[in-house]
Amino acid sequence: MRKVLMGNHALSYGAKLSRAQVISAYPITPQTEVVELLADMCASGELDAKFIKVESEHSAMASLVGASAVGVRTFTASSSQGTALMHEMLHWAVGARTPVVMGNINRAFAPPWSIWTEQNDSLSQRDTGWMQVYAQNNQEVLDSVIQAYKVAESVELPAMVVLAAFVLSHTSEAIEIPDQKKVDKFLPSYKREYKLDPDDPHTFGGLTTSENYYELRYKIQKAMDKALDLWEETGREFEKIFGRRYGLIETYKVDDAKKLIISSATIASTARKSVDILREKGEKVGLLRIRVFRPFPAGKVREILSSIDRAVVIDRNIGFGSSGIFFQEIKAAMYNQKKTPPIFGVIAGLGGRDVTSGNIVEIYEDVMKMEKPESDIIWKGLKK
Amino acid sequence: MKVKIPEKEIMSCGNVACQGCGANIAMRHALKALGRDTVITIPACCWTVIDGPFPYSSVGVPNFHTAFATAASTAAGIRAAFDVLGKKPNVVAWAGDGGTYDIGLGTLSGAAERNDDMIYVCYDNEAYMNTGVQRSSATPLGAWTTTTPVERPKQSVKKDIISIMAAHRIPYIATASISYVEDLIAKFEKAKNIKGMRFILILSPCPAGWKYSPQLTVKLARLAVQSRVFPLLEIKNGVDWKLNMEITRPKPVADYLKLQGRFKHLNAVGIAKIQRNVDRDWELLLRKIKK
Repeated sequence: MRKVLMGNHALSYGAKLSRAQVISAYPITPQTEVVELLADMCASGELDAKFIKVESEHSAMASLVGASAVGVRTFTASSSQGTALMHEMLHWAVGARTPVVMGNINRAFAPPWSIWTEQNDSLSQRDTGWMQVYAQNNQEVLDSVIQAYKVAESVELPAMVVLAAFVLSHTSEAIEIPDQKKVDKFLPSYKREYKLDPDDPHTFGGLTTSENYYELRYKIQKAMDKALDLWEETGREFEKIFGRRYGLIETYKVDDAKKLIISSATIASTARKSVDILREKGEKVGLLRIRVFRPFPAGKVREILSSIDRAVVIDRNIGFGSSGIFFQEIKAAMYNQKKTPPIFGVIAGLGGRDVTSGNIVEIYEDVMKMEKPESDIIWKGLKK
Repeated sequence: MKVKIPEKEIMSCGNVACQGCGANIAMRHALKALGRDTVITIPACCWTVIDGPFPYSSVGVPNFHTAFATAASTAAGIRAAFDVLGKKPNVVAWAGDGGTYDIGLGTLSGAAERNDDMIYVCYDNEAYMNTGVQRSSATPLGAWTTTTPVERPKQSVKKDIISIMAAHRIPYIATASISYVEDLIAKFEKAKNIKGMRFILILSPCPAGWKYSPQLTVKLARLAVQSRVFPLLEIKNGVDWKLNMEITRPKPVADYLKLQGRFKHLNAVGIAKIQRNVDRDWELLLRKIKK
């Protein structure tokens, strides 16, 4: 069935089709439609789930960690300040190995107040141990929620499906709503091995000395390593059932490319158009979109960049005092490699400033004129 | 009222509580009443440690350690999950005064307003004991703590958490004392059979933080009741207040204070001020009690 859905409702449908059993959320612009629709679905009985209308995002995540520890499927969504308030509990979800899935709508931080898109909210959660997948359109938002449960529950780690504020969250697109029976086949109900159960009492998360803590952290990293393969494998399985293919990364016209534009989310989507424009001008350029940011697909990045002469990373985020965050990750992946092309880092589109296909062409052409990367940040369109 | 104390122990002995720990006595007897079909969640507090370091645990029922501010919200999620699965264990949030009166108050208020189905227990030892005796908003007027030194002891009165909870109109509120165990058990038995938010406050003397000899724990808990410092009461639906123990001839508050090093610096004027506050609070309480 095809339906016209805004990105936020694509998240709601993803949670519904995945048969989320406990939902807990607190409203924040631009996330509200996600939970409003889920509240309607729960009220009408269309979705058989408990919805806890909590008093803060911190409590939203706490309640889902508790519910997940009992062994049920859980969902929430937030953004910006809300995700930041959740931070402590995002760590808890990882340590407790609870495969909560959440939608995060990328919105810039205050002050000054802004409701428009920027990736610093989700990227500030980089080291919590959450898996992160950045969607480029509403179809991918919906599909990624279903896939996220599959991967998360296999490795017992939580996952975040990330989409751009307004550019996706409030933009309607015609998308394919997967058949429930097919989703049920792809994603069976969640079976937790170690859970809160009065018939088999265990204590979870008690004081753990350095004697054991180190190994527990090692296991989280191992789960991330396993997830790297699983995102690919799950993508292939998903394609077989639903006909749409997703992996850790997506490439566009890279086979003969000597130059590469690297980005994520909706900027990457726009950059496909820029690649076409540049190709018409005779440039041998391709596009690499990082879809899964955690675990980071360093191997895939190395594979593609090994035959590239020059790459530019466009970040809609900034690690203050350093540089763009995807840029840092790409550079780190290429260090110690036999062949590493010069990599340029551009910061663009902060606070929701529009990044058009024309802007990306300009960025590309500016960078190609430079002899080498002279600083870690190239600003685009900075007003004096 | 005579209630038989169940002989069966759910909590294991030999955990890492301090000698004379009131919170340990509270858990032991609460569990006797709650039984094994119980799931407990514990935020950061003394009980985080008392339960035992990994891989040991002494509570004997499933226990989920959670973050400081989240006892009530974690319990809400646990309850929702069991509801989905059609199971009905007692879901218990077990928090100290810091996690209840201070950092977890918003969370507790949220769960109370939603009337989430849980038993929330605050074992109140009147300061941040686990981190080394810093004042909380449950610390009484005039008390020494490491952040209210004797030169400037606690300047404000203890927060009235019972009235705050009553204002939420939740189905059941009770205070309980480790020195009146039959009463404590009866209250947990009653709470078990009520649906919605149930709040039980247990005064839990702490030898390390109150500065007294460990053998006095039960005696101090009893003196708190007998001096009207800690009335034993129940509230139904936030409006029907009932006093469980009339204290017709109250002991002087000084009898309670003088056994505790945290009040050692107080002179007669300081003690008299506390006595006046206790008398005033008792009068206010009597006005709320249904005759």
